[in-house]
Amino acid sequence: MKKTMDKKTIVTKTITYTLLILWALVVLFPFYWMVLTSFKSYSAYNSEYIPKFFTLSPTLQNYVDAFTAVPLGRYFLNTVLFTVVTTALMLVVIILAAFAFARLDFRGKNVAFVIFLSLMMIPNELVIITNFVTITNLNLRNSFPGLILPSVTSVFYIYLLKENFEQVGDTLYYAAKVDGTSDFKYLLKVLIPISKPTLITITILKVIECWNSYVWPRLITDDENYFLVSNGIQEIRENGFGRENIPAMMAAVVVVSLPLIVLFLLFRKKVMEGVSRGGTKG
Amino acid sequence: MEVILQHLTKKFPNRDRKKSDDVIAVSDLNIEIEDGRLIGLLGPSGCGKTTTLNLISGLLKPTEGRIFFGDEDVTQLPPEKRGIGLVFQNYALYPHLTVRQNILFPLQNLKGKDKLSKEEMRQKVLEAAKLVQIDDLLERKPNELSGGQQQRVAIARALVKMPKVLLLDEPLSNLDARLRLQTREEISRIQKETGITTIFVTHDQDEAMSISDIIVVMKQGRVQQIGKPQDVYDSPDNLFVAKFLGTPPINVFDGQVRAQKLYIGKDCVLEVKGVADRDVFVGIRPEGFLLKEDGAFVCKRKGIEVMGRDISVVSTNEASLNSTIRSIISSENKVDTGSATVRFDLRLKKVFLFDKETEERIYFEIGELQDEKEMV
Amino acid sequence: MKKKWCDNGMKGWLYLLPAILFLGLFMIYPLIDVFVYSFEEGYNFASQTYFGTGPYNYSYVLHDPYFLQAVKNTFLLVIITVPLSTGIALLISVGLNSITRFRSWLQTIYFLPYVTNTLAVGLVFMILFKKTPYSDGLINLLINRFGGASVDFIDGPYWAKMFVLCFYTIWVVMPFKILILTSALASVNQDYYNAAKVDGTSKLRTFWRITLPMISPMLFYLIITGFIGAFKAYSDAVALFGTNLNAAGMNTIVGYVYDMLYGDSGGYPSYASAAAILLFVIVLTITCINLLVSKKNVHY
Repeated sequence: MKKTMDKKTIVTKTITYTLLILWALVVLFPFYWMVLTSFKSYSAYNSEYIPKFFTLSPTLQNYVDAFTAVPLGRYFLNTVLFTVVTTALMLVVIILAAFAFARLDFRGKNVAFVIFLSLMMIPNELVIITNFVTITNLNLRNSFPGLILPSVTSVFYIYLLKENFEQVGDTLYYAAKVDGTSDFKYLLKVLIPISKPTLITITILKVIECWNSYVWPRLITDDENYFLVSNGIQEIRENGFGRENIPAMMAAVVVVSLPLIVLFLLFRKKVMEGVSRGGTKG
Repeated sequence: MEVILQHLTKKFPNRDRKKSDDVIAVSDLNIEIEDGRLIGLLGPSGCGKTTTLNLISGLLKPTEGRIFFGDEDVTQLPPEKRGIGLVFQNYALYPHLTVRQNILFPLQNLKGKDKLSKEEMRQKVLEAAKLVQIDDLLERKPNELSGGQQQRVAIARALVKMPKVLLLDEPLSNLDARLRLQTREEISRIQKETGITTIFVTHDQDEAMSISDIIVVMKQGRVQQIGKPQDVYDSPDNLFVAKFLGTPPINVFDGQVRAQKLYIGKDCVLEVKGVADRDVFVGIRPEGFLLKEDGAFVCKRKGIEVMGRDISVVSTNEASLNSTIRSIISSENKVDTGSATVRFDLRLKKVFLFDKETEERIYFEIGELQDEKEMV
Repeated sequence: MKKKWCDNGMKGWLYLLPAILFLGLFMIYPLIDVFVYSFEEGYNFASQTYFGTGPYNYSYVLHDPYFLQAVKNTFLLVIITVPLSTGIALLISVGLNSITRFRSWLQTIYFLPYVTNTLAVGLVFMILFKKTPYSDGLINLLINRFGGASVDFIDGPYWAKMFVLCFYTIWVVMPFKILILTSALASVNQDYYNAAKVDGTSKLRTFWRITLPMISPMLFYLIITGFIGAFKAYSDAVALFGTNLNAAGMNTIVGYVYDMLYGDSGGYPSYASAAAILLFVIVLTITCINLLVSKKNVHY
């Protein structure tokens, strides 16, 4: 009796682990392949009709090419700048708005909030057309303001933060009022420190979004000097190294992918928690 | 059904993987439970009582030892083959099913020759629901019920298969005080009506004392004492049991036995025959104090709490291990409110001596003179 | 009283001002404008003039073979990837919840695609599947090993391209679904399983009658967001097939919108608007159907 039970559990366990490891391989293999290929020399790669799963003569030449033959460094800096400025501006805007909704009383607040909420359902695809025209007419194509300004608000994050602010009890606010603290100081010294976990979550999500954004930058920039990494990769792919230099392309891909992966591994718990609270993709 | 636990031991691997020693949750448990009894497993949290319940239910397999239901060794049987009903502390009612579907659920699992017809199932559900008096709630969802009603549904679900043994894990802990009184009478009634051997786990001594036929007091995975509630209260086997049972709790003092006399501090309070000279713990139940002007035991008076029928005299003594001594005295007694001290004589049936090392009980013979005192 | 209004009322709006400015300019105004555009016939981007108003833009889009191709591609993508990814994610999450060793490692690995750049990793998929004069690519070698003939998944037959697109899409959306389902499964109280065990419930029945109903709210949430997400597919396709999706025959509805706006065939915001509104209508309809179905099936 006991033996057959054990056999059954062993079989289940084996199937489970096989399935799980199989999917892990599916996930990991592209990463392995891109790192591997990025270390193969151009000639070695092109002479392998049957690709090898390892390389005996790794080279860093592809990384040198990625930074010299194409302006990857520039794309990279652009993206860092874009990400930092967009995220910072967005934090300011949403903190102020969330504070107004959570704590202040003013005429028309409820109506305003309902309108805000209903905006959550508007897909980006619907408004991007006019935004494109607006930015073009403002002569902001191929400029950082043009890249950044349309994405410095997020109704969803305002909502998330407002909920968080509201969880901080009234008593703290009244205590601060009694001490003569101004609303703004209360926001700065009390609410923001208390809501740090949520703010970090929002920051992480926004950074991921910025780093990977492709559609808007593609519409609004055609000058290489303003390309972000996504557009840069596409540009490299289409006009890249003057020839189909796949190892160098893979080196560029590794460089582009690395920052977020490192960020993720460092803040694994925070990122996964944040995404399950407020992220979607796909 | 008779339930017998023999040398039951359960070890869990240490959570801290670096430490190789196992955590022993239950250690060498030997309990025999007669058919049709209501048994309370009692102890502080972490004493292994829930583990014991899970071992009996079969959700956990013992590391050593055996479990018998009657003559049948069920140690290796999975839970569903043991014929038990289990009521969880939080009831574990399926929130997406109605009360009827919840009670029906165990019946639908029956296969082969045990399989019931739709009509039989309907009948059984109704019977179980009537037994716990929820037959008018059958179409509701669990979240539309009060805590007490959920508890009844959980019991009905456990009873619907007519288990040989019913197990309840902290059945009253999620109810408010008023419902608790009502529900414990209810459990007692259902148990008497069905005659099913019932074992329940609780950390609340009131609960265990009030409805159990037998209580099993546990501490750190070991049985401390088994017996009828009153017997265990009147004659605790060790200091832990004495301390754990009774409200207000027992008063404990450092004491010395010298020449067959018991001293607390300087006061010679009792004659204890047959005890060699040694240091002891003295436990005195609150009702073991008799207020007397010339009483042998002198304490500093701190205050008096009137509780209606009784009064509680709060006092202190240097030898006391509790910060205050609580004694319960019939309100007919007059307490001299002016004096700074109170003097007591002791009822010797309410006084227990314990070894300082092992904390085991030290029995003493009752002298003639004191028997008379007891009559007062 | 009046002072108070100034005090509080103005202050609240002041705090809201940046958000209102940005949202007004980049969301509310565009939202109205996109409808206006979609009815302005023959809009000229350079001179910003138009001939008249009417439904011509919609009729043009609906008769454009590229749009119809994009609709077909998108629907195929949705119908294949949403059930498949949700199903596989459920399977993996159940597996993940039943083990203890390596669990946290596997969870970390499974999440990796979420933080990668879709365009960048798409490139890796392309070289894995692409058939070039130098090499048939790794996947084709695998197919050859099992006795199949090489196929060019990137420039080859339609079904092959669709396969890669679906495969990559699933690869990209899996982390989110696994994450949500794993935590949904873990949050089911262990007592329910114990109760089922005591009653002798079989593993399969436990899964169907207890686990699935308990996680059904999350499951439906994933299906709804999955539908919406898949209907908006675009960058996955660009990553695999390049920016000229129409030429590859792999355009999506969103891709069509952007191409109409800008790009090789671009400069027609009116057509883009009409297409975007059509997409919005499709998504809204599907979401409503989803919500209706879920109302019926989600139990609490």
